[in-house]
Amino acid sequence: MKTLADRVEMRTGLVSRLRRLFWAPLPGGVTWRRSWLAALGFTFLVQAVTGFFLLTGYSASTQTAWESVFHLQFQTPGGWLLRGLHVVAAQAFVVLLALHLLQVVIAGAYRAPRELNLWLVLVLLPLAIAQSVTGWLLPFDQKGYWAARVPLNILGVVPGVGSWLPQVLLGGAEVGHHTLTRFLALHATLLPLTIGGVLLALWRLDRHGVERDSTVPGAARPEASWWPDQALRDAVVCLAVLVTLLFLVLRPRLTGAEEPFPELLAPADPAEPFAAARPEWFMLFLFQFLKYFPAGTEVWGAVVIPTLVFLVMAAMPWIGRWRLGARFNTAFILALALGAVSLGVLAWREDRANAHYQAAVRAAREAGARARALAAGGIPPGGALELVHADPGLQGPKLFARHCASCHRYEGHDGLGGIPTDPPSAADLKGFASREWLAGLLNPERVATAHYFGGTRFAEGRMVRFVQRDVAGFSETQRAALPKVIAAVSAEAGLPAQVEADARDAAFIAEGRELIRTREMKCTGCHQFHVPDEDAIAPDLTGYGSRAWLMDFIRDPAHPRFYGRRNDRMPRFGAEAVLTEREVGLIADWLRGHWPEPAAP
Amino acid sequence: MNEPRIPRDPARRDFLRGAAAAVLGGATLAMPVGAGLFVFLDPLRAPRGAGTWSRVTRLSALPADGMPRRFTLRAERVNAWTRYSATPLGAVYLRRTGEQSVQALHATCPHAGCLVDYAPARGGFLCPCHNSTFAVDGAVNDPASPSPRGLDALEVEIRHGEEVWVRFQNFRVGVREKVPA
Repeated sequence: MKTLADRVEMRTGLVSRLRRLFWAPLPGGVTWRRSWLAALGFTFLVQAVTGFFLLTGYSASTQTAWESVFHLQFQTPGGWLLRGLHVVAAQAFVVLLALHLLQVVIAGAYRAPRELNLWLVLVLLPLAIAQSVTGWLLPFDQKGYWAARVPLNILGVVPGVGSWLPQVLLGGAEVGHHTLTRFLALHATLLPLTIGGVLLALWRLDRHGVERDSTVPGAARPEASWWPDQALRDAVVCLAVLVTLLFLVLRPRLTGAEEPFPELLAPADPAEPFAAARPEWFMLFLFQFLKYFPAGTEVWGAVVIPTLVFLVMAAMPWIGRWRLGARFNTAFILALALGAVSLGVLAWREDRANAHYQAAVRAAREAGARARALAAGGIPPGGALELVHADPGLQGPKLFARHCASCHRYEGHDGLGGIPTDPPSAADLKGFASREWLAGLLNPERVATAHYFGGTRFAEGRMVRFVQRDVAGFSETQRAALPKVIAAVSAEAGLPAQVEADARDAAFIAEGRELIRTREMKCTGCHQFHVPDEDAIAPDLTGYGSRAWLMDFIRDPAHPRFYGRRNDRMPRFGAEAVLTEREVGLIADWLRGHWPEPAAP
Repeated sequence: MNEPRIPRDPARRDFLRGAAAAVLGGATLAMPVGAGLFVFLDPLRAPRGAGTWSRVTRLSALPADGMPRRFTLRAERVNAWTRYSATPLGAVYLRRTGEQSVQALHATCPHAGCLVDYAPARGGFLCPCHNSTFAVDGAVNDPASPSPRGLDALEVEIRHGEEVWVRFQNFRVGVREKVPA
């Protein structure tokens, strides 16, 4: 009676082949060191498996890349784990590879006939970095986009290929759909197939080479086989790798980190600078290294020196033949490792001490959180960038910082948290038209401070004089009427934050509305309020602080309805076409605190 | 003397057959690879950007004191199969240099392609990526600055005495010469 194994063997020869693979004598015996390769292979397999499933949910185009990754990570149960494993394993692969290289050199495992053992690792390193660069762009968020731009630009300075290779990789002159399709094709087929092939070759060579290495004791007469002792060690190492990967993926959740892991910042926006751009952490050393190359010499730092270092490493089998060659090799690789680690730490410490960078990271994370919140309400066919561009919460602060903060402030800063060097020369607009803001304006102590009119030419104007003399000398009844007037003016704005208060105090506000027109309160002496007044010289209080009022004001503060010819330095943003209608609306909405959370679908 | 005999040379015939097989095999493989590469290298056939003129703003929007202001340029753009009617092409800094003259600087750092910020405290522009600094007129103002050249000036025209038009184009980064990308 033939067994199943016999039948399979007769038809395919598979059984004896597997047997040879499992029980073939293992030159050099069972060692933990050999398990490095198993760990590398395992990490690669994790990448391949998670990568396949990520691919089933990914869509490569500028309008769908970020969106599909968002959906996968935040709206598909378990998606975070899948993407987390892929991201962490990618980093682990580079680390394991670097350590493997270190080990090969220190152990002298490059001696003839084992040169390929070293050379193949040297081939793997740039391949792994190419995987990392292509992989980073694919989620197409701000971080990936700007991080991938830099290596592409560095490629542009490489003599010979620089003039055409970036264009071929980008699929055009600009980053677009074809950049993503090309990067995906490289990242998911060509590069991993090559890496897999090289790993397979390394694994086969390991046996082949050790067998012929006279320096390995007992190599020629191996007694052990891969199965089961080495297999057990390999399995233990793979398990250790897996546990580490899982720990790294789960840690941010277990420690309750605010930022979801893996990070997904706001969708890539070529017109939006990203001051927090950094390469992946294991490339920080090169980033730091490049800082030391002044104008025009960066091709040395980015291309020439790394190439020379690679050539030295590739020449190690020959260098190793000289008397002190092996020691030189060990010293060289250790110095290299030490240099890379020091540069990386230096880069990290410089960034940590760099307040500008830290602020940029915070801003990027906040923008990312906002973009994700918007996307959670459903993404339009045009992509998430449409949501981002139409959101006052995201665009308002940036527009304010760029166009308003040279004079105004927002809660003391420029809208984005930065503090401009020049002192403010116009009002602080945080809470503009709210009751608190108006109460401060009508406070004799505060009206002439930098918070309100202090920095403007109105510091000497009638409003300040009125508040400092008349309001300060208000009678008991006038003083009692003031909060009603404030509430009434503030209610004109219809601020979202005051909707409840305005509804609750309807009677109070109605009273205030009447009071505004009285001679005692003196408002309508200069201001117009619902009744057209040709002689009004101060800004119209009708609809004060409402969206329409604010947009009109930003468009043209020098309009007779507002400051007229007395307008101080405020540009006529709409009349002079500095800002588009949409931008004026975004600033108005943001100042009014109107950027509602999108409703979940 | 006998006529030279043509030797029965199996080695030579084997070599010829082997070579023929290799050539044939290579040719059959080269065809699909060639077809692929021809399409893959299509971006190289696209004409280098000559730049597009677009109206950015009005002269009165630029501060008279010469402080640069950043503008996003919008124009029609085709991204493979998608046509955008008005999409951001990039950013420029515009700066008054006289009553009727304006300087336009590409906001992209010529070092590694990040967008520079206007940082008056640093005397001009600062790139957040590798700390390149530039004077207000775009020139490299620090010998230690990693940028190989100053910020790229773009062509500007004042049309109808009031409209600021800029010819926007991208340049290769990382090289000393200013060559269109």
